[in-house]
Amino acid sequence: MREIITVANKEFHDGLRNRWLISITLIFAVLSVGLTYFGAAASGTVGMTSLSTTIASLASLAVFLIPLIALLLSYDSFVGEQEGGTLLLLLTYPLSKNQLLLGKFFGQGGIIALATLLGFGASALLLFMQHNDVAILQTFAYFIISATLLGLSFTAIAYIISLVVSEKSKAAGVALLTWFFFALVFDLALLALLVGTDSGLSQTTLTQLMMLNPADIFRLVNLAGLDSSDVNGALAVAINANLTQVQLLAILFAWVMAPLAIASVIFKHKKL
Amino acid sequence: MNTPVVVLENVSKHYKDLTALSAINLELAQGEVLGLFGHNGAGKTTMMKLILGVIAADVGDVTVMGVKPNDKSAWHMRAKMGYLPENVMFYEQLTGLEVLSYFARLKGQSQTHAKALLEQVGIAHAMKRAVKTYSKGMRQRLGLAQAFLGEPKLLLLDEPTVGLDPSATAEFYQSVDQLKTQGTSVVLCSHVLPGVEQHIDRAMIISGGKTLALGTIAELRAQANLPIKIKPQGLNGALTNDALLTPYLDASGSLQVPAQEKLRILRHLLADDSLSDINLESANLEQVYQYYLAQAADNKTAQMTTNSTTEHSKAGA
Repeated sequence: MREIITVANKEFHDGLRNRWLISITLIFAVLSVGLTYFGAAASGTVGMTSLSTTIASLASLAVFLIPLIALLLSYDSFVGEQEGGTLLLLLTYPLSKNQLLLGKFFGQGGIIALATLLGFGASALLLFMQHNDVAILQTFAYFIISATLLGLSFTAIAYIISLVVSEKSKAAGVALLTWFFFALVFDLALLALLVGTDSGLSQTTLTQLMMLNPADIFRLVNLAGLDSSDVNGALAVAINANLTQVQLLAILFAWVMAPLAIASVIFKHKKL
Repeated sequence: MNTPVVVLENVSKHYKDLTALSAINLELAQGEVLGLFGHNGAGKTTMMKLILGVIAADVGDVTVMGVKPNDKSAWHMRAKMGYLPENVMFYEQLTGLEVLSYFARLKGQSQTHAKALLEQVGIAHAMKRAVKTYSKGMRQRLGLAQAFLGEPKLLLLDEPTVGLDPSATAEFYQSVDQLKTQGTSVVLCSHVLPGVEQHIDRAMIISGGKTLALGTIAELRAQANLPIKIKPQGLNGALTNDALLTPYLDASGSLQVPAQEKLRILRHLLADDSLSDINLESANLEQVYQYYLAQAADNKTAQMTTNSTTEHSKAGA
């Protein structure tokens, strides 16, 4: 345990030192406060928009940003240390590969979790102070938890990339492709399936397919409780499926643990 | 002394079609300093990695302090091992103290211990500066401090003196001598460097993953039977005329004398009154190393010639 904490502590401080925490927090805060106050500007009015509109726009922006940020933060975690020679050195220490992996995950995951909490929590508080409505806090709590899980999931995916690839620059390229796939290609493919097949996909099949993408699960968690008028695309169809938010969060959590377990297996067999 | 710290028994390691090490045997006693010599790709680093337990041998047994180093039970032994990898890039944005404290904590050591080591290697004045501002020598010193963490019982040092200036090199060898008296076993992995011979107990020369020679420097020297260089001064040109000396005379005016002839030649030279000074040089480690490498290369060529002759005769038939 001491080893995990030592590594986590180092990674967390690296995140502070490299201004990751402050930049991510700022991005999230500006994004959420901006959307909360000016989300309605497009329709000609300035001022507080409805909670569901705010969450809907936040979710559709965060779904692009969070995976990108998590991948950027973590893609060189292992391949970077491998290139520098410190990975080999660390493995000669009384430190197991799993301890190193978990330490890094807790440290970098801590940065993501804290940034999400502070950034989005800020606008949740702002909204709450204006409206004094507990529903705001509850909705934002789901949003923050799911955003954190989404970030952690892509951190773990980034570790897989970082452990498989042998050069840092290659890892960056693969990370970008991974982001492109989950954030854009996957949904376009789903939409194509939906429109292209004559019989049409059943709602259940579509929802099941969406479980293959953590970004879509994140969207579902946050949009499930809203008026479907704020939601469009393939999501609108899936939204009425009968999965509760808690179930969705559980699946999202599985999307954190599974890549982490895969990363652990890959690390175990990695040649140094 | 007691049980050996490191035992390699008939160890081989292959990477795909490359043989990194084949049939290596080695015993390292407590407090012994072994110089491991070989050119790039000879298998030095592979051997270190085997001892460190980072990789496993394909054939043979590796035992370090009584346990298999890649086994789970080797956990505690790892805290008693120090390793300096070649060309390690420490976390550039951290300060020297932060880097060393991190590694110290992983070994269960305190920051005070880390500070003391920075003091010992002579970079305490720069410990609050980011590693990216360090010179090559300072980085190397930081790496050494890292290897010295936790008073290791076994030290594996890969090219430890690269980038160190002569005085730092001398300090480094002093630390090695001191650790040796405390009972630490050291494997010094290096290209042959001047000055290393006084500090090692035994030398191991490897090439292409095979042991070419293993023994004390005196043993290796005797085995190689390299001539001793005698450089007399004075003598008024008697060297070129003396029938006894001319066979040994080389182009630079020195005599290359086989060890068994040494005393006879010396007596002969000393008998000459015009001799004003005399210099004696036995083969240094560099020459011994070159000798074994050349011998290995000769064997290879000889083998290849035999092979090709057999093929020729086959073709002829």
